[in-house]
Amino acid sequence: MSSSSLRMMAVAVGLLIVSASASAHHSAAIFDPNKRVTVTGIVTEWFWANPHCLLSLDVKGADGQVVKWVAETQAPPNMIPYGWSRQSFKAGEEVTITVEQARSGKPVGRLLRAQFPDGRTLLPGGSAGAAAAGAQP
Amino acid sequence: MNGRTVAAAAAGMVLLVCLAPGRAQQPQAQAQQLQQQQDQLNRQPGAVYDADFAGKPSGPAPRRTLAGTWEFAAGRNVAIQATGVMAMPSDGKPEHELPFTPEGRAAFLANKPTFGVTQVPSAMTNDPMPGCDPQGFPRIVLHNAHTEQILETPMQMIILYQFNKKWRTIWTDGRALPTDPENPGWAPTDVPLKDLPPPEPRWWGYSVGQWVDDYTFVAESNGFDDRTWLDNAGRPHSTAMRVVETYRRVDADHVEKTLVIDDPKYYTRPWAAFERLRMRLQSPHLEIPEQECVPSETAKYNKLFGDPAAGVDDRGR
Repeated sequence: MSSSSLRMMAVAVGLLIVSASASAHHSAAIFDPNKRVTVTGIVTEWFWANPHCLLSLDVKGADGQVVKWVAETQAPPNMIPYGWSRQSFKAGEEVTITVEQARSGKPVGRLLRAQFPDGRTLLPGGSAGAAAAGAQP
Repeated sequence: MNGRTVAAAAAGMVLLVCLAPGRAQQPQAQAQQLQQQQDQLNRQPGAVYDADFAGKPSGPAPRRTLAGTWEFAAGRNVAIQATGVMAMPSDGKPEHELPFTPEGRAAFLANKPTFGVTQVPSAMTNDPMPGCDPQGFPRIVLHNAHTEQILETPMQMIILYQFNKKWRTIWTDGRALPTDPENPGWAPTDVPLKDLPPPEPRWWGYSVGQWVDDYTFVAESNGFDDRTWLDNAGRPHSTAMRVVETYRRVDADHVEKTLVIDDPKYYTRPWAAFERLRMRLQSPHLEIPEQECVPSETAKYNKLFGDPAAGVDDRGR
C-alpha cells in the first residue's frame, strides 16, 4: 500500500476517531458520540479489573422486559484518582447511568456518569470524563 | 501548596459539585469547571507534578545518578501514548508518517491495532498486548507508561515499571551489546562462560549503558524478539532493532528522556519516539501502584463487553 493510500485510509478512519481512551486498550471509535443513553437499573456486578472495569445493570423496560446493560470505565489505576474504588457499587443497589452506546447497537457503552438515588455522582476521568463534562445537564 | 493539599482541595471541590447537581449554573461554565476539576484530580495518588511547584527553582543536578522514583512532570497521563508513540502518533498527518522500508510497511499492515490509522474493533485485533502477552521493551515506555523507579548497583541500572510490574536491567559493568542482534547473546569477557545465558532474542532485549558525562546516561539495547509491537498503533520492529535511550539529569528534581528507534530492516533511518520527555523525582515513600494484565479478567471483559461492543456475539469461547 502506498503512503498516499495510507493517508486516504487515515482520513477515512479519522472520521471515526473520537478520542483516545486514557487506559489505551482500545480507541473510543467503537462508541457513537451521538447516541447517549441514560438508564436506571439494579446493579448485578461491579467488575473491578483490567483492562477496563465493567458495571452490569439489569434495566426493566416499559414492556416489563429486563435488559442487561454493561458499561465500561477505565482500568482501576485510572479510576482511583477520581474517587472510584472496588466498593463503588454493590449488587442489588439502584443506579442511573449515562453511556455512549457502542456502534454495534448492543446494550453496552462507555460510562460517562453514574448517579445514585441520593444524588451522589461518580464521573470518570480521561476522554470519557471530558465527554461527561460536556454531557452535564 | 503541596500535591496532597492540591488533591484534597480538588477532591473537595468535586464533592461539592457532585452533591449539589441542581444548583443554578450555566451548563457550559459547569462543564468547564468539571473538566478543570477532573484535570486536577488526574494525578497518581501521592505524586507531585511541576504544577505543584510553580515558580520554585530546583536545586543543582547531582552527579552520575538517576536513582529514585519518577513520575511524568507535566501530569499523570502525559505518557499514555494511546494513539502511538508520543513524537510520531498514528494520526494520518504526513509529518508523522514513519520512514518504513517496504518490509517494514508490510509488517505494519499485517498488524491489526485498535488505535491509529489502521485500527480495527477490539474483537478483530491481533495486538499481543490485550491477551497479556509480554509488552517487552520499548513498548513498556511507548504505551501505558506510568511511574518508574530506578535502582542503581555498581554493575546495573535497574528500572521498575508499573504496568504488569515489570523490570529491566541495563548493565553498567562495561560489557558490550551482542554483536549479532539476530542471534544475540552476551559475549564472554571476564564473566565465567557458565554464568552466561544461551543466545536468544528476548522480549526485553539486551541493554548496556554508561555515563557519557556527569549528567548524561546513554543506554543502548538490541537482541529483541520481534513478536512485540512498538506501540498501540501497530508499529512493528524487526530483530535487527537497536534502541538508544538518553537520560539527561537537568536539575535536582528532573530528568529528560529521549528514545530513538534504529531498525534498518523496517525503517530507512533512525527516528525518535519521544524527545526530552520530562520526569519529576518523587518522594522516596511513593509506592508504584499495581496494574496487571490478567488473562482471566481479559477473557471475561471480552465476553461481557468487548465482543458485543464490536458486534461479535461469541468468538468460540
